[in-house]
Amino acid sequence: MNKKLKKQNRSLSKTLITSIVTVLVLVGGLLFFTNDPDKTKTKAEPKEQSMDVSEENFDRIENGIHLATGLVADEGMQLVIQNCTSCHSAKLVIQNRLSREGWQATIKWMQETQNLWNLGPNEEKIIDYLAKNYGPVSKGRRQNLQNVDWYELQ
Amino acid sequence: MKRRAFTKQLSIAAMASVIGHEIVFAEHLPKNYVPLGLKDPDPFKLFDKDKEMVVLNDKPWNIEAKAHLLNDDVTPNKYMFIRNNGRIPQNIDASTWILKIDGESVKAEKSYSVDDLKTKFKHHTYQLTLECGGNGRSEFDPPAKGNQWTVGAVSCARWTGVRLRDLLEDVGIKSDTVYIGYHAADTHLSGDPYKEPISRGIPIEKALQDETLLAFQMNGDDIPLAHGYPLRLVCGGWPASASGKWVNRLSVRNKVHDGAKMGGSSYRVPCEPVAPGSKVEDSNMCIIESMPVKSLITHPKSGALLKEGQTLHIKGHAWAGELEVSKMEYSIDFGSTWQRCTLQKPVNRLAWQHFIAQVQFPKKGYYEVWAKATDTNGKSQPMVLPGWNPKGYLNNACHRIAVKVV
Repeated sequence: MNKKLKKQNRSLSKTLITSIVTVLVLVGGLLFFTNDPDKTKTKAEPKEQSMDVSEENFDRIENGIHLATGLVADEGMQLVIQNCTSCHSAKLVIQNRLSREGWQATIKWMQETQNLWNLGPNEEKIIDYLAKNYGPVSKGRRQNLQNVDWYELQ
Repeated sequence: MKRRAFTKQLSIAAMASVIGHEIVFAEHLPKNYVPLGLKDPDPFKLFDKDKEMVVLNDKPWNIEAKAHLLNDDVTPNKYMFIRNNGRIPQNIDASTWILKIDGESVKAEKSYSVDDLKTKFKHHTYQLTLECGGNGRSEFDPPAKGNQWTVGAVSCARWTGVRLRDLLEDVGIKSDTVYIGYHAADTHLSGDPYKEPISRGIPIEKALQDETLLAFQMNGDDIPLAHGYPLRLVCGGWPASASGKWVNRLSVRNKVHDGAKMGGSSYRVPCEPVAPGSKVEDSNMCIIESMPVKSLITHPKSGALLKEGQTLHIKGHAWAGELEVSKMEYSIDFGSTWQRCTLQKPVNRLAWQHFIAQVQFPKKGYYEVWAKATDTNGKSQPMVLPGWNPKGYLNNACHRIAVKVV
């Protein structure tokens, strides 16, 4: 009993310390961010290497693609961001092509084994989005070589 | 109004997901403020990888090479693929790292520090082929779920460590030992501390092989963090998932290890071949052991333009799981005819072998150079996709590069 309490206490103080450190880092970061002229410059001219996911940019969509995540901008996308990308990268969604049943089975598997929560009425909307935008493409037994980058061999 | 509140909530959730943990006191953040942690880390710098490597996934990290990057005889870190299942452990201190040995079939539980392993046991060095079970998954039809590897989830580095056999002998194991399962310090993507991202293992026969190591060095240096520092199990020729990273516990089991990703369709294929897209019951799935025969043309890079009459020198590697590659061939007519390549012996068992050939083209035009390896059991690589399976494992179809004679 006493041991358990001590353990709880320890983990509580750990959380508290982590929180304080996080806030310090955030505040420090804020000072650094607002004071560093170079940082504000990069904001004006977006560079490819470091994606700026500030609040107004987070919702930016270009050519039908949500820039911050790479997901196809369509109904249900925000539900996918909220429910899927808190554990894994959107890149894992984007590189997959599954049928409706396949996505449904994947969600079920994540719920049974990976701690995914109950999606409630959002489940249908998420599956609709995934099946429509990330459905299977038939590839046959072997595809042609694609995107060959031709160069002169010395 | 409602939409704005929703957006704000979404952004905080999204930001937290980018950072990888919850933003404490997020509601107090100044508006439009972006924490520094949100600046995407540059994975190439972070893991000391070449810029040409391909990032398939950033949470968890999954990065692969392209065929031409794997040209070295011994794979350097900068070209080595990363396949992680969970989050990389933080703040590792090798001086306090403990490897615990437990399980039903251990005579008595025992613990070792990394220093114990380094000083009390003989060191061995082997070059070992490690290939992700899902390498080539992107080609399967219907598509299989998971990271869509093309050809670059394979490596053959030089590993140094102690034999698992010597360690097990020191610990003392019972005669009913069936399997050795590993446990490691990486953490589950969901953040649940009681969940292991992956905990696989190997049958005792594989554990007792000369080349099965508990490694603390890769290519003569400490193992890079992303590849399992400070201690990694290394089992060449088997799906690389058997080579557990950041290992801190081994369980000596009297049954097949039942850790995370040992069941269902994880690293298992149908025991009997099935039609593409079939649903397969768990009871009809068998654990992948030795990887199938395979090869890769690593030079030149696909897309070479040649002058008429110019000879093309090709180079590459071939490997065959537990077996050796006995014959290496190439074709420039889509497999109608095959020519022999010069093939070297492996530097040690379970290391890949190198091949070279001089290729002549009869006239101008578009060609594909196909490579086909044959193992010591007479099995060769298929030209079309091999048997479909639910998770898209073991695609060992012939590799090919495009060439134009102009």
